[in-house]
Amino acid sequence: MNPANYLYVAALLFTIGAIGVVVRRNAIVVFMCIELMLNAANLAFVTFARINGNLDGQVMAFFTMVVAACEVVVGLAIIVTIYRSRRSASVDDASLLKR
Amino acid sequence: MTSNLLVYLIALPLFGSAVLMLAGRRSDKWGHLFATALSASSFGVGLYLFSQMLGRTGANRAVTQNLFSWISVGTFQVNAGLMLDQLSICFVLLITGVGTLIHIYSIAYMSHDLDRRRFFAYLNFFIAAMLLLVLGDSYLNLYVGWEGVGLASYLLIGFWNQKPTYATAAKKAFVANRVGDLGLSLAIMISFATLGTVSFAGVKEHAGQASTGALTAIGIMLLVAATGKSAQFPLQAWLGDAMAGPTPVSALIHAATMVTAGVYLIVRSNFIFDAAPTAQLLVAIIGAITLLFGAVIGMAKDDIKKALAASTMSQIGYMILGAGLGPVGYAFAIMHLLTHGFFKAGMFLGAGSVMHGMDDEVNMRRYGGLRKFMPITFATFGLGYLAIIGVPPFAGFYSKDKIIEVAFNMGGIKGVTLGGAAMLGAAITAFYMTRVVVMTFAGNKRWDEKAHPHESPALMWIPMVLLAAGSVASGFIFTHGNSLVNWLAPVVAPNPEHHSEMLKPAVVSIMALVSVLIGVGIAIMKYLRTEVPVVAPENVSIFTKIARRDLLQDDFNEAVFMRPGQKLTQGLVVADKALIDGAVRGVARMTVGTGSTLRNTQTGFVRSYAMWILLGAIGLIAAIWVVTL
Repeated sequence: MNPANYLYVAALLFTIGAIGVVVRRNAIVVFMCIELMLNAANLAFVTFARINGNLDGQVMAFFTMVVAACEVVVGLAIIVTIYRSRRSASVDDASLLKR
Repeated sequence: MTSNLLVYLIALPLFGSAVLMLAGRRSDKWGHLFATALSASSFGVGLYLFSQMLGRTGANRAVTQNLFSWISVGTFQVNAGLMLDQLSICFVLLITGVGTLIHIYSIAYMSHDLDRRRFFAYLNFFIAAMLLLVLGDSYLNLYVGWEGVGLASYLLIGFWNQKPTYATAAKKAFVANRVGDLGLSLAIMISFATLGTVSFAGVKEHAGQASTGALTAIGIMLLVAATGKSAQFPLQAWLGDAMAGPTPVSALIHAATMVTAGVYLIVRSNFIFDAAPTAQLLVAIIGAITLLFGAVIGMAKDDIKKALAASTMSQIGYMILGAGLGPVGYAFAIMHLLTHGFFKAGMFLGAGSVMHGMDDEVNMRRYGGLRKFMPITFATFGLGYLAIIGVPPFAGFYSKDKIIEVAFNMGGIKGVTLGGAAMLGAAITAFYMTRVVVMTFAGNKRWDEKAHPHESPALMWIPMVLLAAGSVASGFIFTHGNSLVNWLAPVVAPNPEHHSEMLKPAVVSIMALVSVLIGVGIAIMKYLRTEVPVVAPENVSIFTKIARRDLLQDDFNEAVFMRPGQKLTQGLVVADKALIDGAVRGVARMTVGTGSTLRNTQTGFVRSYAMWILLGAIGLIAAIWVVTL
């Protein structure tokens, strides 16, 4: 199978994730879209590793997974805390840091 | 020859001044005696050094003392060194001798003043600074003393600074002196730049190698310095106002010693002026102008101290004229300086004594007939008067006649002009001094019933008597066997081949005496034969009015320097506000403006930030793509 197809899928996933981050308001959904973008990147890394025939991309993918796991822990905790205090998970409501 | 004693001349009064200033009110009881004792001991050291000097001959008489290495930069070395030669010792004895007498006088004169201790601290400081001025062995050392006496003069003119006009007078003196000081510092800089040295010996040695232009520049700058310190035209305006200080200050600083520092500077720099004829001629011209200028002002003043101040200006004009006449004139300039130190200090002390007895009244129109009430003051003042107008055999006759004679003997138009000016000055001097004496001591009494004129205490009249003795005898002593000329010969060698006598000394003397008699006669007609009005008459000629306004010297300074100066300052303030402040504020305003514009991007919406990041990433990739394409 042509490895380029994996890259197309990765690009598609990234685009979906990016659009989701920009257009959705629910913090959980935004969060999932970020995960989607990370995994699109992972897929691209693995594909490049396969194309080039070395393990660099795969190692990088593992790093990304570890960082993503940490990010989930911290990010979910923040979202839950915001929801508890404000009774809302909308990212537009949490816009206090402005001019 | 070296001597370790020189430093004590300066250190003793300096120590006295430091003690009185640091001890403060604690020394109120004994401060004046302490200061007088230290001044007297400095005089004692001076006398001892003088007696040592008499025991040696000619060039061996000069002694030096190296104190410490002051500036050491590469090959440039300046030592803080002192030098006592035949010229310096004249000044040392005058400063410490007259200074001590005036200290004694001040004990009584200032006895009712709460700040008498501070006054004596300043007086001692002045003595130390003035001694440093005449003892320094380089222009740089002289400069330290030069500034020191300027400071002392400022402090003492403004001694009663609770009166705003007195404080202003002090400031005026200080500012005028600063202009002169600038000349001296420029002279030192030019000397260092062209000759590579600032010591008297070094400059004397290298003066031959320098160009006439450089020497003329140094000479003119030294002349500027002298005009500032010695109240010569065109920086003369401060001396009249300087009479705001206590009378002993006027006697010591503004008559006998400090104001003659300019004469010392020019005579000390004789090797420069002899090599720069233009500068030397300028010195003589300035002297001639000032001696007439001061004399004319002196005719119109009703304030006894201001009349004497104008006379001081005029007499220093004679000294500067003498110093500007070259090798033949230096010794006579110094001689007139010394005799003037005696008779003018004596007359100022006499004026102080009159003021003391008349409740500080200075207007001579309110005096009259005081000779019966103050016989000693009258006698001492009278002897000083005979000395200053040049009646033989009193001191002024010898010194002033010599200057007039030398001026005439310059020959040509120069000789006639300078000599004529000096001769005219002698007649005017006789007129205004007779006027002062007649208005004060002769005629009918014109004072209030409240005034009770009385003779001053012994502490005041003893110094006056001693100074009067100097006014009588000093001229004869200095000229007897050409003693002062020979004494000064190693420092300022008189030029032997310069003896083109235009007029015989006897002819000059007779001419001078006749002009003096004319001046005295007119004054007697005007002020003794006719009653002196108590209030100065207003319906006088325009010339009298101008002379009363000090020949418009203040009006000139105001119109030419002060008003344009104020305009310039106002312009600078506007420029400062508009340009400098404008630039600074403009930068600040621009930063604030940029900030508040950029702040609009901070919406607080996370999704908008994400959008910006995305657009940025796309832009970056697009840029890389374009570049690598």
